[in-house]
Amino acid sequence: MNGLSFAAAHPGHTPLTDGLPGPWTAIAVAIALTLYPLVINALGEPFYLNLGARVLVFALAASALNLALGYGGMISLGHAAFFGVGGYAVAVMGQQGWLAAWMSFPVAIVLAAGTACLIGLVSLRTRGVYFIMITLAFAQVFFYLAISLPQFGGDDGLPLRVRSLLPGLSLADPMAMYYFVLFVAGLAFVLLYRLVASRFGRALVAIRENERRMAAIGYPVYRLKLMAFTLSGGLCGLAGALLANVNNGVTPHMLTWHQSGLLIVMVILGGSGYFWGGLGGAAIFLLLEEVLSERTEHWNLFLGLLLLFIVLAAPNGVMSLRGRLRRRAQAAKEGAPAA
Amino acid sequence: MFYLIAEQALNGLQYGLMLFLLAAGLTLVFGIMDLINLAHGSLYMIGAFVAAALYQAIGLFLPSLLLAIVLTALIGLILERVLYYRLQRMSHLSQVLATFALILIANETIKILFGAQPLMISMPASLSGAVELVEDELYYPAYRLVIIAVGLAVALGLYGLVNRTRLGMWMRAGASNPEMAAVMGVRIRPMFTFVFVLGAALCALAGALLGPLLAVSIGMGESILIPAFEVIVIGGIGSIRGALVGALLVGMIDTVGKLLLTIGLRAVVDPATASTLGPTMASLLVSLLMVAVLYFRPTGLFPARG
Amino acid sequence: MSHADTPPHVVLETHGLTKRFGGLVATDDCALEVHSGEIHALIGPNGAGKTTLLAQLSGELLPDRGRILFEGRDITRLPVHGRVAAGIARSFQITSLFNRLTVRENLALSVQARTGHSFDFLGTVEDESDLETGALEAAERVGLLDVLDQTVGTLSHGRQRQLELGVALACHPRLLLLDEPMAGTDPEESERMGTLILSLRGRHTVILVEHDMDAVFRLADRISVLVAGRLIATGTVDDIRRHPEVIAAYLGDDEESEGRAHPLPGHTGIGA
Repeated sequence: MNGLSFAAAHPGHTPLTDGLPGPWTAIAVAIALTLYPLVINALGEPFYLNLGARVLVFALAASALNLALGYGGMISLGHAAFFGVGGYAVAVMGQQGWLAAWMSFPVAIVLAAGTACLIGLVSLRTRGVYFIMITLAFAQVFFYLAISLPQFGGDDGLPLRVRSLLPGLSLADPMAMYYFVLFVAGLAFVLLYRLVASRFGRALVAIRENERRMAAIGYPVYRLKLMAFTLSGGLCGLAGALLANVNNGVTPHMLTWHQSGLLIVMVILGGSGYFWGGLGGAAIFLLLEEVLSERTEHWNLFLGLLLLFIVLAAPNGVMSLRGRLRRRAQAAKEGAPAA
Repeated sequence: MFYLIAEQALNGLQYGLMLFLLAAGLTLVFGIMDLINLAHGSLYMIGAFVAAALYQAIGLFLPSLLLAIVLTALIGLILERVLYYRLQRMSHLSQVLATFALILIANETIKILFGAQPLMISMPASLSGAVELVEDELYYPAYRLVIIAVGLAVALGLYGLVNRTRLGMWMRAGASNPEMAAVMGVRIRPMFTFVFVLGAALCALAGALLGPLLAVSIGMGESILIPAFEVIVIGGIGSIRGALVGALLVGMIDTVGKLLLTIGLRAVVDPATASTLGPTMASLLVSLLMVAVLYFRPTGLFPARG
Repeated sequence: MSHADTPPHVVLETHGLTKRFGGLVATDDCALEVHSGEIHALIGPNGAGKTTLLAQLSGELLPDRGRILFEGRDITRLPVHGRVAAGIARSFQITSLFNRLTVRENLALSVQARTGHSFDFLGTVEDESDLETGALEAAERVGLLDVLDQTVGTLSHGRQRQLELGVALACHPRLLLLDEPMAGTDPEESERMGTLILSLRGRHTVILVEHDMDAVFRLADRISVLVAGRLIATGTVDDIRRHPEVIAAYLGDDEESEGRAHPLPGHTGIGA
């Protein structure tokens, strides 16, 4: 037994605290995201405004998944369903002429959260590979529904001819759209932070670490997981509602399990169980896609190979590399304090 | 009406048996190695493409089919040796990611090799006719009958392999309790290689057989994966018998349910909506069956793990 | 440990408790009675159903038949976390802790479960004084104050066993279910654990499953013997030592054993 381990010498870093960001990172991220459109405008590249908005939307979706997957250890292959339900809610209501965001967004969130709660009720009774397969199978039902019902536009999906209406702000303007997404995603991030920093968040991480023990010391494990899964689904639905606006409509592709897989990929790229994992992963993913798909038709091949490399080289996720670096830096500092 | 249902029942049997070919290998890999393999459907796609391309090139169905099986099994062997062997010791999340990556790679490679358009192939001329099963009332395509016969033969063969041979006994022991089996001297590693390669070959068989019945297209592996998962959950992970019963249930509900629901729905909604909604509700029924099984028998109908 | 003349207060009782796994009867019509404040050992050969019985008491397994009463209340259908809230906590035979967390965090999690607020999403965890106090109190009781900020994975096996007990104690249970607390410990660690368990007497009621018969006969006030799922005897240490059925169950019909002064303690055939 090595009594003087790294963790013992640095009690600040355990899984319970790893997932909580420092305030300075948050401030820096907020400033960067607020200034981003101004920089883009100055450079005369308005296209990147839309890309920025999409990054934020997927950052929210991936962060929502991160709550269930990264913090709660629930490997859901069904989050596309919640994402899609949110998007379709806004699009279908838009078709009916209900365009006010204060109506459609809450409906999108509640429907997505309700869907997550129902799927969670059944699938959270299972473990391991069962849970993965069942979330996948249930989510597929929503995909079938979307492509088979003419009211949902079938294979073509639904256009959103007019973006959601806000008092005093027209989302038709790309700049306004970006800031609206930033505002909503920002609120969601504040909520997510409060969640993971609360006693609830701590219980969730501890369930991921050792579920059996958590039950044995008196936590209602199933209810806590269901709550996290539901919240995660609701926030994912909010991201879907935003995406319907940014993309001016929805397609069944939002609901495919391929989409669920990509959300997991984003979480892993950015760091599963780390607060900025969703944002970092979405940014890396969408930028890579942007850059690579411009140069090659076969960017999925690169993505696949990159993923394989990550799994084999850093099986504990990309952020485990950071831990390794931190340890190395610490060792260097202790070895040569003057340097 | 009766013969319409009878015909759909035969279709259901055919679909179910093909599902079984996919689910059999998958359930053993899950059961023995506790490994989630999302890319199982990709082997099915690869088998279908290789068989279709060979058939287009040489015009002989049976040799194309056999060659496709051998090639896919070989790919399976390489994958197992290089990748799955490592994945087996990793977390479920790593397995999900790696096998998802394999799907992306497989789809893109197929696109590079065969183009993005689906391959359309016809069935062999000798089997393209219909067989009169009931005089004047029920004709059924000879090719589909052959598929049913092959499916039944493979099911029987697998059943014999698992229940009558030493290797099968090891497989059952491995699926019910891998650690215990290892302690008892079952050589898990070569057995897993065998099971994985067998699974790949069965995938290729299903893909090659179904080629003439449907468009051989990129993404066919992903859409078949979900019913295969449902089969496994219903039947119980690691159980060949469960996979067979589950596959036939899912096949029947999907096919016959589609027909009955579409007919039933016509009474309520317009025909166009009915014909799109029917299949969806049939899929929904399968999901409901899965929920019911999970609720009453959380480890499936025929649990391999005691 | 002498019992008063007043009839003992029964804390936990089971009636006709039965659990089957396929054809195997793991718990067969068990009627167990545990008195307040006693250390009640549960012994029996391997596969006798001790762990299964414990799992039914803690709520991880539902019995097929029978009832469990705790302090007069029927808890047969109560889930695991509900039983902890009712006042029952357990330790595991195979150490099951949060290995990547510190000792302090491990103990604080037990306290948080007890003090609630785990569904309080938005309250920040700034005010941690209740958790801190509870964690320190438990750490002191099991002698882990010096390693509060070490991660559990870096502790020695003996220390992990102490924490295993500490985490259960931090739940403030009235009834403690200890599943082989000495498992895998060396003689010195075993000695320390024995002292710890003795210090629980009177403050908690303890059900102790243990293979180390020396320890059982040293620590227990009363002993119940489980053979093939059936409770064949319950009594004081001396009763059990002389109980013919128990001797038969443990030693077979070996006539030679009759001559021994203490056939059970220290006997090596039991766990084999």
